[in-house]
Formats: sequence, C-alpha cells, structure tokens
Amino acid sequence: MEVINIKGTDDTPNVILDKENAQFEISGRSLPEDVNMFFEPIMDWIDEYAEDPLDKTVFNFKLEYFNTASSKVILDILLKLEEIVENDKDVVIKWHYHEDEEDMLEAGEEYADIVSIPFEYVILDD
Amino acid sequence: MDELNENKSHSFLDFAYQMYKSMKTNEINLVYEGEVTQEITKTFTSLTERSLSKNEESNMVQRKVFHVMVECLQNISKHADSLDGEEEKRGIVMVSHGKESYNIITGNVIKNEKVPALKESLEMVNNLSKEELGQLYRKQMREGTISDKGGAGLGLIDIAKKTGSKLHYQFKELNDQVSFFILTSTVKRT
Repeated sequence: MEVINIKGTDDTPNVILDKENAQFEISGRSLPEDVNMFFEPIMDWIDEYAEDPLDKTVFNFKLEYFNTASSKVILDILLKLEEIVENDKDVVIKWHYHEDEEDMLEAGEEYADIVSIPFEYVILDD
Repeated sequence: MDELNENKSHSFLDFAYQMYKSMKTNEINLVYEGEVTQEITKTFTSLTERSLSKNEESNMVQRKVFHVMVECLQNISKHADSLDGEEEKRGIVMVSHGKESYNIITGNVIKNEKVPALKESLEMVNNLSKEELGQLYRKQMREGTISDKGGAGLGLIDIAKKTGSKLHYQFKELNDQVSFFILTSTVKRT
C-alpha cells in the first residue's frame, strides 16, 4: 500500500499511515476550514487498509486540539477501525494527551464509550 | 487640507479616542469587523492565545477561549449572510475579560427565514444539562453528516458543553430580509 505522510500546519494535523512499517498516527492540530477535503484521502486509505489489515493495528492519536467538525471525522475513522475488530483482527487506540489537558483525555474517553475498540491513554511529556 | 476634511479627520480622531476609552472601560481585548476567513480565524486565535499566556491564564481557560473562538469564527465563515447579497462572509468579533470570566461576542447578518430554526437550536441547547449536552453531542456525531460547508452541526452544543454557561443571544431585525445575530459565550476563569 502507498504511504500517506502529510506534514502538519497550524490548522491541519500530521498524518502518517504506513502499513509496511506498521505506523498509524494523527498528531497536532485539526481545525481545517473544509474537513472533508483534508480527510478524504485519509478515509479512502483506511477504507482500503481495512480490507486487508495487519494482525495488529496500533493507531496513535496525539492531538493537541481539534474543532467540532474534526471530532466527527475522528469518530468516522474509529468506526472504520471498529470494522477491523469485527473481522477478528486486533486494533488498539493509543490516545495521547498532556496531563494538564483534561479535556483531551475526556474526549478520548467519550470515543472509547462509543466504539468497541480498546483504548490506552498515554501521557505526553513535552 | 480644506475645512471639511479637517473636520472629518478631527471627528475621526475623536472617534478613535472614544473607542479606545470605551474598550478600556469595558476591558475589551480585541475588536474586529470585516471578512471572516480561515486566515482571520488562525490569526485571532493565535493572537488571543499569546495574550492569554502573557496574562498567565490557566491552561484550561486558555483552551476553552481558543475553542469557543474557533467555533464562533468558523460559524461565521460558513453561515453568515450579507446585507446586499454579497458572497463575502463578514462579522464582528469581540473578546473582553473581567475578573470572573471571558466573553467572546460575535455578530453577523442572517436571513430572517433562518432565524426561527437557529433560535430553536439555541433554546434547545440552553435547556439541556451538561450530561444531556454530552449525549446530544455523541448522537449528532454518530448520526449527523458533514455538510457541504464543512460543518457538523456540533458547534453550539460544544460551546455550551465546554463553557458550562448559557448562550446569550439576540436577533435585531435590520429589514424584512435580514437580521443581525449576536452571540455571547462566557468562559469562567475559575
């Protein structure tokens, strides 16, 4: 599969999707004006990946901030990853947050309530 | 400079001074009237972020103010109508702070036909508890779709949920076509 490697800006996140090296990560800020335009290639990639996933997928979210439209897209990504779980492959979400950013932890917990994928919470140091 | 121009420039100076005084009295940190684009949104949020961190405001409060500003500004850049049917999305944005809270005030023109539905959404959000807001947010996130404008219909729910304060709003009818919509969101400092 092709590799997606998008460098973040002050309103769009860093995205690395690399099946061969088992790297799946979305990090930084997400408040694009048009979420569909930004996330469409990412959703398409995950759609394709879900058809033939690795035995174990560890997906990292290291978000500092996201707007409401992005929150909806993040759920769509998680629902897509849930399909992989339903097909009996392992998926783990690593949800990273800064210790003093309780809202980011809460956001992760809310997603964990909605989707049936195990979440691990990781405190970021920097 | 002829007399007329001199008068004009004098009254402008006076206006600028009155404006400055009134901003000081009302502890207004930022005022903007004009086109609201993604670039403007980014500029304001980073300006506000910088001034908040200079004030040594708590991280939680900073994040909330930032969040409310993004949602309000993106609402304007997606939904604002205009007086003359122009495509440009304009609005007014103000941030003020007092001892107990920050106020983020935004205003924009809206077609009268859209007022009842917006009023209904605002009232619904104001009548929900924090828990109910969370439930509604999750439901809307699951069942909603992203509109052509790139919105998810989550902004107002989120502002109410994040700030824990009621949304104060007003509609001032400008003519039989459009009204001016003012929204005040409050972020408590404690």
